[in-house]
Amino acid sequence: MSLFREAAKQIFRKPATVKYPFEPGIVPPGLRGRPVWDMEKCVLCVLCQNACPTAAIKMIPKGPDAGIEYHLDKCIFCAECADACPRKAITMTTNFELADTSRSNMVQHYKKPQKAQAQTQTQTQTQAAKAGT
Amino acid sequence: MSYGTTIKVPFGPQHPALKEPEYFLFEVDGDIVVKVTPRIGYVHRGVEKAFEQETYLHNLYLAERICGICSHAHSTCYTQTIEGLIPLEIPPRAVYIRLIMAELERLHSHSLWVGIAAHEAGFDTLFMYLWRDREMIMDLMEEISGNRVTHAINTIGGVRRDITSEQATKIKKFLEKFESNVKEYTKVLESEQTFIKRTKDVGVLKPRDAIVLCAVGPTLRASGIKSDVRADDPYLAYGEIPFNVITHDGCDVYARTIVRCEEMIESANIIRYALDHLPEGKIKVPPPRTIAPNESVGRVEAPRGELIHYARSNGTNKPERYKVRAPTLGNLASVCQTLIGAHVADIPLILAGIDPCFSCMDRVIITKKSV
Repeated sequence: MSLFREAAKQIFRKPATVKYPFEPGIVPPGLRGRPVWDMEKCVLCVLCQNACPTAAIKMIPKGPDAGIEYHLDKCIFCAECADACPRKAITMTTNFELADTSRSNMVQHYKKPQKAQAQTQTQTQTQAAKAGT
Repeated sequence: MSYGTTIKVPFGPQHPALKEPEYFLFEVDGDIVVKVTPRIGYVHRGVEKAFEQETYLHNLYLAERICGICSHAHSTCYTQTIEGLIPLEIPPRAVYIRLIMAELERLHSHSLWVGIAAHEAGFDTLFMYLWRDREMIMDLMEEISGNRVTHAINTIGGVRRDITSEQATKIKKFLEKFESNVKEYTKVLESEQTFIKRTKDVGVLKPRDAIVLCAVGPTLRASGIKSDVRADDPYLAYGEIPFNVITHDGCDVYARTIVRCEEMIESANIIRYALDHLPEGKIKVPPPRTIAPNESVGRVEAPRGELIHYARSNGTNKPERYKVRAPTLGNLASVCQTLIGAHVADIPLILAGIDPCFSCMDRVIITKKSV
């Protein structure tokens, strides 16, 4: 009987199951995993926020926190934001190991790099360096 | 033999034989079921109301989440309905890509079901082999679309991802292996006495009853009635592709198994034909944001049977009314009929025989005041 032959063959074969947590999970290159924003390209145009079906993206237009607030716990990985982005600032990575025990870790802020902010940062860095010497 | 009195046996909503919460009240006379009262609505999720709150593009992802197994069938039906509202003609390449995904989904859904039927009949070896092969389909779909279950390949006006030539050769190579495996399994099912004794003449649904009780899909075709939306009302490119509608005269669970096995072979042929005749060109056309007042109905042959979506637009970017009729609702009346006269031990097998998906089905609860 054929099932018996199949079972006999299987003795010498590798198991069909992937021993995932002990072995790396192999995913195809096109997998829609966690989206990542490139804030150098982002122009804060709100299109990704409007495209998101689950309201996982919140844009902060002004102020020192200006940028994108991304809620991983709401995201359904549909890549609609990546399709909507006119500057191609959003890429879907193949990262799928996204579990966490805390909800606060699920929110990520992508800040828009501002010239003023960059200057103040460099100033404080130089001051710190001076103080250190 | 009759005992004269009947005993009421509640089954569910939480029961080891049912994977989803659904309640059936069986009246049994000894070991024989004499009356079945189903009670649906345990997994009512308010999907139809939610459709009215969101835009047409956002609803696409909601439609996809109505069912976990036939997510592509639901999203195809949704896009078809909305494209009927606009109306919008989608590029031929997009049509073929949708079709290939739909048939791949049918392969994985049917192999899942035949595995479950084998498991319910106590033939776990076959269950393991079928589910091993199913995993290959899931990997293939993941590679094409970017996700195993919620493929998100459909969009209003076409598809979001193209099938490359490497993927096409990979699918063809896989189909060869899968087809020979399925033929082997069918041979095993046809010759295995334990399986035949467990499923033959179990859950008999006469052709007349099947029509009267509005059975759909493989359940209807296993009662010898040639009915398939793909052939009767061709959508996508089914009108251009030659294929057979599989029927069986057995009317029992065994016939339902064989129909599904043969449909898998037929689906493999459809995919092969579609890949060979894949038209060149665009995969997407931009849809309008708002839709003028209109009404539209979409019909799709989901792996479980006929799936109907209805939409009404009112000139805004949100639908005014959306209605989903999942295939399990059509099959529920027929399964209650087939359960009458069955042994208690056959209940899980007969219930599994319609490939139930109760959470797809639960739409409306009608509460009676006097019960």
